[in-house]
Amino acid sequence: MPSIAVWKFTSCDGCQLTLLDCKDELLPLTERVHIAHFLEATSVSEPGPYDISIVEGSVTTPEEAERIRWIREQSGVLVVVGACATSGGIQALRNFADVDEFRSIVYARPEHIATLGTSTPVSAHVAVDHELRGCPIDKGQLLEVLTALLAGRKPDLPDTSVCTECKRRGLTCVMVAHGTPCLGPVTHAGCGALCPAVDRGCYGCFGPMNQPNVPALVPLLRRSGMGDDELHLVFRTFNANAEWT
Amino acid sequence: MTHRANRTLQVAGLARVEGEGALHVRTVDGEVDRVELNIYEPPRFFEAFLRGRDFREPPDITARICGICPVAYQMSACLAIEDACGVRVDGQLRALRRLLYCGEWISSHTLHIHLLHAPDFLGFPDGIAMAGAHRAIVERGLALKKAGNQIMDLVGGRAIHPVNVRVGGFYRVPTPEELRPLAKTLHQALYDALGTLEWVAGFDFPDLEVPHDLLALRDVEGYPLDRGEPCVSNGLAFPTAEFGRHVVEHQVAHSTALHARLDDRMFLVGPLARYSLNSDRLSPVAREAADAAGLGPVCRNPFRSIVVRAVEVVYAVEEALRIIESYERPDSPAVEVNPRAGVGHGITEAPRGLLYHRYELDQAGRILSADIVPPTSQNQSAIEADVTQVVHSHQHLDDHALQSLCEQTIRNYDPCISCSAHFLDFTRERT
Ligand code: SF4
Ligand code: SF4
Repeated sequence: MPSIAVWKFTSCDGCQLTLLDCKDELLPLTERVHIAHFLEATSVSEPGPYDISIVEGSVTTPEEAERIRWIREQSGVLVVVGACATSGGIQALRNFADVDEFRSIVYARPEHIATLGTSTPVSAHVAVDHELRGCPIDKGQLLEVLTALLAGRKPDLPDTSVCTECKRRGLTCVMVAHGTPCLGPVTHAGCGALCPAVDRGCYGCFGPMNQPNVPALVPLLRRSGMGDDELHLVFRTFNANAEWT
Repeated sequence: MTHRANRTLQVAGLARVEGEGALHVRTVDGEVDRVELNIYEPPRFFEAFLRGRDFREPPDITARICGICPVAYQMSACLAIEDACGVRVDGQLRALRRLLYCGEWISSHTLHIHLLHAPDFLGFPDGIAMAGAHRAIVERGLALKKAGNQIMDLVGGRAIHPVNVRVGGFYRVPTPEELRPLAKTLHQALYDALGTLEWVAGFDFPDLEVPHDLLALRDVEGYPLDRGEPCVSNGLAFPTAEFGRHVVEHQVAHSTALHARLDDRMFLVGPLARYSLNSDRLSPVAREAADAAGLGPVCRNPFRSIVVRAVEVVYAVEEALRIIESYERPDSPAVEVNPRAGVGHGITEAPRGLLYHRYELDQAGRILSADIVPPTSQNQSAIEADVTQVVHSHQHLDDHALQSLCEQTIRNYDPCISCSAHFLDFTRERT
């Protein structure tokens, strides 16, 4: 049986929890793979190498920068999951600020805290085989990657926009119909257009699609009532460190 | 190998907890000399980067502190911002919030009971190995968890980091017809929850009676989830706005988390506290099931927290059913919230205990400062005290058995280390 290891870096645990949320698939899956390391779920931890490693979280400490290199060496296939691992996550907002000052805001004695000045995606440190976007990732996409890897085929992960998924679902465009600002036209597909389905504009939690045309979207966002401040904030959230332009 | 006067136990990576932590225990001359629950989760600086953000953003941003209890973060954030803006969300909108919160309790508690905590009582390394011997029970647990997730999917638009929550209410409210299929799932879930309770009530519980003060919300009616006033087992109650004066956090050298005291006393938050202060507020079915499970009106044995969680799952399923049955779609999905300069406080009962948020806004609704106090940082001292007591009274065990018991003691609190890895101390001015 192929072995799987699940690793956590700087993150909220939400993406690895997606794995435990696969109610109907979890137990059958455990019959097809051997879980060698998954700290949140099991006390068993086996030494490498591992056929498949799944990594959640971004790199924010010197120890993490070391550890990701070790995991790469030990792993056949490296799958990175979630906005933290693929772009640096919300904690990458520090990349635009002064971390020493951040530290002093949160801690009474900041000298105890060993952190880097940046939060970076896994791909900034080692080669990555597959990336799943999202904050959090989509359960269907996670199962698709695992199933494809076990079957030895290439996972089917569309790299279009949320807009495409929204149209495919037959949802009414929130921007056209209600004048609600929406990042759907420039956001990477994968969620199935969750926000437009609840009359909300997409806020970009899957990060930028390939070659997003942000300059073309900005006038539409302005027409929907967004000012300079809001435009600045809306691209500085869960994928702030990604290439939006 | 047992009864050694000097011994050291070291658990480098605590398993089956959310986030990253380690335990270090040392005994000298037969006395427990040092117990440290080390948090090595790297900080993410939420309070720092919330400054300058818009008042509508905290529900989405702070949800990302914890993937296991995002609804709790969204709810406390909404209450705090609404408090700052002088708005109160009531009626069916509040009922929907409570329904969403029930979904998170069911999901989070069920995960902890089946996959994280029960394996300790039955001697398995994890829920998956446990499924080998108790497949039907684990499947029942996963079905229950799925019912909780279904509530969050339907009301929140997504189970992890729901997209439908906003300050003032929701983006879109469901129709009664859309909620109806949930009722069917929940009728089965109630049955499964009662079965789960009966199962965990039959475990063997190590003896432990903790003297800590218990801190939980209490509301004018119902078991506390989304609202209430902080109350202490010693009879004290205080308004949410005074939380920071009573619960004070200190940084200690061995951890990135801060250690909290309640009026300079050891305390705990979470299921034991909630139950002991509100056991009279359970629904009739949950109350009866708690009696049958051998829980009196007060429970001070942290090992029995798994039983209390199972009772709370029964309650949450019943409460969700009650809300769905009396649901009428509100005219508007949200109350209008206009920003104003001021400070707001919000506190709700996350699955692991009290979660407090405080925001200071300027006239335009920009956040000037933010404080967040999650349950695990409040419980850290209590966890270390419990481990100390357990080590003291189980010195006859060999290292392996003692270490397992220590880990089980930590898991009694379902610690969420991801959450506890930051947060402002209220002592800065005083120390
Ligand atoms: S990407 Fe989002 S959901 Fe996933 S670990 Fe990071 S913060 Fe959590
Ligand atoms: S619509 Fe956009 S913000 Fe909403 S879940 Fe999908 S990618 Fe994330």
